[in-house]
Amino acid sequence: MSGNGKKAPKGVRLSHVSKIYQNPKTGKDFYAVHDVDLDIEPGSFVTLLGPSGCGKTTTLRMIAGFESPDEGEIYLGGQPINQLTPNKRDTAMVFQSYALFPHYNVFDNVAYGLKLRKLGREEIREKVTNILRLVELSDMEQRMTNQLSGGQQQRVALARALVVEPGVLLFDEPLSNLDAKLRVQMRTEIRRIQQALGITAIYVTHDQSEAMAISDNIILMKDGVIAQMGSPTEIYYHPNSEFVADFIGECNFLPCTVTGRKWEDIEATVYGYPVLVRSEETYTGGEAEIVLRPEAIEIADQGLLPCRVELSCFMGSYQNYHVRVGESLVKIADNCPIGRKTYQVGDMAAISFRSECAHLLKIQKEDKAVISEK
Amino acid sequence: MAQGQGAALDRKKLMADPIMMTTIVLLIAFLTLFILYPLAILLVDSMYGAKGFSFDTFVRIFQLKNFRTAITNTLAVGFVVGILSTLIGLLFAYVEVYVRMRKAVGGLFKVVSMLPVVSPPFVLSLSMIMLFGRAGLITRFALGIYDNNIYGYWGIVVVQTLTFFPVCYMMLKGLLKNIDPSMEEAARDMGASRWKVFTTVTLPLLLPGLGNAFLVTFIESIADFANPMIIGGSYDTLATTIYLQITGAMDKEGAAAMAVVLLCITLGMFAVQKYYLERKTAATLSGKASRVRMLIEDRSVTIPLTILCSLAAIFVILMYLCVPIGALFPTWGYKFTPLTFKWFEQVFTRYRGLQAFRDSFVLSLIAAPITALLSMIISYLVVKRKFRGKGFIEAVSILAMAVPGTVLGVGYIRGFANGLFHTGILSGLYGTGAILVIVFIVRSLPTGTRSGISALRQIDKSIEESAYDMGADSLKVFTSVTLPLIKDSFLSGLVTAFVRSITAISAIILLVTPSYLLITVQINEFAEKGAYSIACAFATILILITYGSVVLMNFIIKHFGTSRKVREVEST
Repeated sequence: MSGNGKKAPKGVRLSHVSKIYQNPKTGKDFYAVHDVDLDIEPGSFVTLLGPSGCGKTTTLRMIAGFESPDEGEIYLGGQPINQLTPNKRDTAMVFQSYALFPHYNVFDNVAYGLKLRKLGREEIREKVTNILRLVELSDMEQRMTNQLSGGQQQRVALARALVVEPGVLLFDEPLSNLDAKLRVQMRTEIRRIQQALGITAIYVTHDQSEAMAISDNIILMKDGVIAQMGSPTEIYYHPNSEFVADFIGECNFLPCTVTGRKWEDIEATVYGYPVLVRSEETYTGGEAEIVLRPEAIEIADQGLLPCRVELSCFMGSYQNYHVRVGESLVKIADNCPIGRKTYQVGDMAAISFRSECAHLLKIQKEDKAVISEK
Repeated sequence: MAQGQGAALDRKKLMADPIMMTTIVLLIAFLTLFILYPLAILLVDSMYGAKGFSFDTFVRIFQLKNFRTAITNTLAVGFVVGILSTLIGLLFAYVEVYVRMRKAVGGLFKVVSMLPVVSPPFVLSLSMIMLFGRAGLITRFALGIYDNNIYGYWGIVVVQTLTFFPVCYMMLKGLLKNIDPSMEEAARDMGASRWKVFTTVTLPLLLPGLGNAFLVTFIESIADFANPMIIGGSYDTLATTIYLQITGAMDKEGAAAMAVVLLCITLGMFAVQKYYLERKTAATLSGKASRVRMLIEDRSVTIPLTILCSLAAIFVILMYLCVPIGALFPTWGYKFTPLTFKWFEQVFTRYRGLQAFRDSFVLSLIAAPITALLSMIISYLVVKRKFRGKGFIEAVSILAMAVPGTVLGVGYIRGFANGLFHTGILSGLYGTGAILVIVFIVRSLPTGTRSGISALRQIDKSIEESAYDMGADSLKVFTSVTLPLIKDSFLSGLVTAFVRSITAISAIILLVTPSYLLITVQINEFAEKGAYSIACAFATILILITYGSVVLMNFIIKHFGTSRKVREVEST
């Protein structure tokens, strides 16, 4: 592989793919994955994101071939692969538990796939050496895997998957066993290597910040269906549902009544006070919700919506407020608060926001229990 | 919703894997032919006669007084043995896990837990007779009692309890270790005395486990053939009655029906144990101990418990020691000096010992690797793969655990003596060494499979998946990843199968033909005849062989096993 991917990366397409499982308690069938339809560009980095039980890992395992779809067809590089066993698919997976072979040393772990491909001894040595250099483990070749730290094991797992030059690289929550700092470091590393090799990667995680930091595109799943697909900014600023808005970061929801349009903005009232929200949708009136990120809200003596402070807490990089606007609780992250007025519990104040920082949502009946389960 | 496509694809993927397919088909055929079929034929034979289907045979055997007595005898023995073994096992387990004791005492415990594994099943009966019988070393020569009758109910109970309690001890030890000490500390902290903690926390947590141990011993006791045979005297249990029905009364249909009755009893208990108690045990004691338990150092507790257990342990060890020593006396119960090797010489010069050891050794040596490999393959399929028929494979190989050897023996006689379903097909198998090997395999398969399953469960499924994902086929995954990782378990399965085979008797005694001399059968014969010295000489050599193979296994595991690498690494 020598760092510049001789093989062209492959695209992946799922066409109306479903997987049915039986609930072990009730014995009833249910869709673990339902009618998932997606197209992943060759060379792109796509994340399947969602709470546990949303079907993201099942989807990944269907691509790898460990599970068989009950409906639909999966294509790899344009070829249907439903009938292929995992060992015949041009995929390589990095597992959550790393799944290193404990009876082999680092070199033999990485060389495993190459030996199966009956490559010559010299070629294997060259490829393994190169890939170990890429993941910065050159001096660890002879170590047994349990002599490595978690981060190093992770790199071996990555090297072992990369060295066979798969058409698509699959990641199943690969960083969840690492501590927070290492997680951030490794995700940058994975992204760097993926871009350097130009390889297609599908990455499963339940951590939204990881997904945002690493992906070209995020596919957010819930209860087996795709809730929203798009780039990280699209999903963050233009969520299509309360669930997406809430899952992808802290979020406030304010009920509003749409009253009209003014240039690019929609005019609405919140608890009787007029506000402007940037939206291309053609609302003509009625009930809706305004989605506001905590960092997009300013708190001051004067503003758009009067409020009462219920919690004020210094967090270091920001001052955290919970304020009451009408009946709604609004969380505010007042960044870099030093030198500005700090409000105390019980103070009266007002909040305001720029129209382009707000997003308008149609009212949906959502299952709150599921939303809160992050 | 149609799961059809997914299932169809799974099937296709399986078909694309010819090695897997062949293995599964062969396995199912083997299990059906050698476990299910012999049991099924018993049922058929006892119900289907010349007059078509009828319960006549059952009616007939239930009218036999000795059969009815045998049932009550068996249950009476099993019940008491179950309770006694569980209690003694609990005492040993508790002392080992909870009480600080000297290293030497721990050593004694280890020996006690090891002895029943390496010795033939009826050794204790021999020593019981030699120590406490009419000419017993203790009864006659130490206490001057000349008419002590140990044959019968109490003889069987004592011998079986001593044989089976180490099993309970090992089972309960594992469970006690899993109790989180902080639960007990919490109770102590709230003011409970040590006894109160034991009765209100430890015991309730352990209760399903105790039930489990009780039933396991109960089943073992009911299935035991050799001890009642040797020390039972006229007190017949089901296993011996069935044996006599075949060899004495030549009533094969009756024996088949009796075997069905015995099988129903053990299967019923096994079902309770497996599906109710084991699950309950797992539910209450699934957690791992969060930290090391503070051992009881209070001398008023440690001293009496240590002494009690040490005495019991020493007694058991002496019972076993009695066998080799007995073989050295010129005439047991009459002339004790000078010690002599004449019995050992006679084993080889007069009693064709060489042939007996060769036959037993060779047959067991053939059976052991096959058993070990089969049980590993079964465990692999059960734990790691999903396919249709998996439930069948798991159920049948575990079910074999509940089948008493005598029942299996009768099943084989009925099933293979005249060929499959009495048609003559495969009748060539009967009377050969091959069928003995198969019986050895079937008898050891359940234990091997059980330990294989627990070994494999500890291996993260994704390790094999990743090999599969890299491009390895099933065979390659099994040989390059699975097998190396469970090498230790494979090896110990191999030795266990060997030891179990070479010490087996219950099924074998019904199937062996004069062309094969087996050690256990020889020992049984000599013990029956009252030739204890020669029986002891045979048994001593047998124990040396089995003990030697266990030592060899431990040596190999220590120096060449998988865990060695891991251990080395941990110490660096």
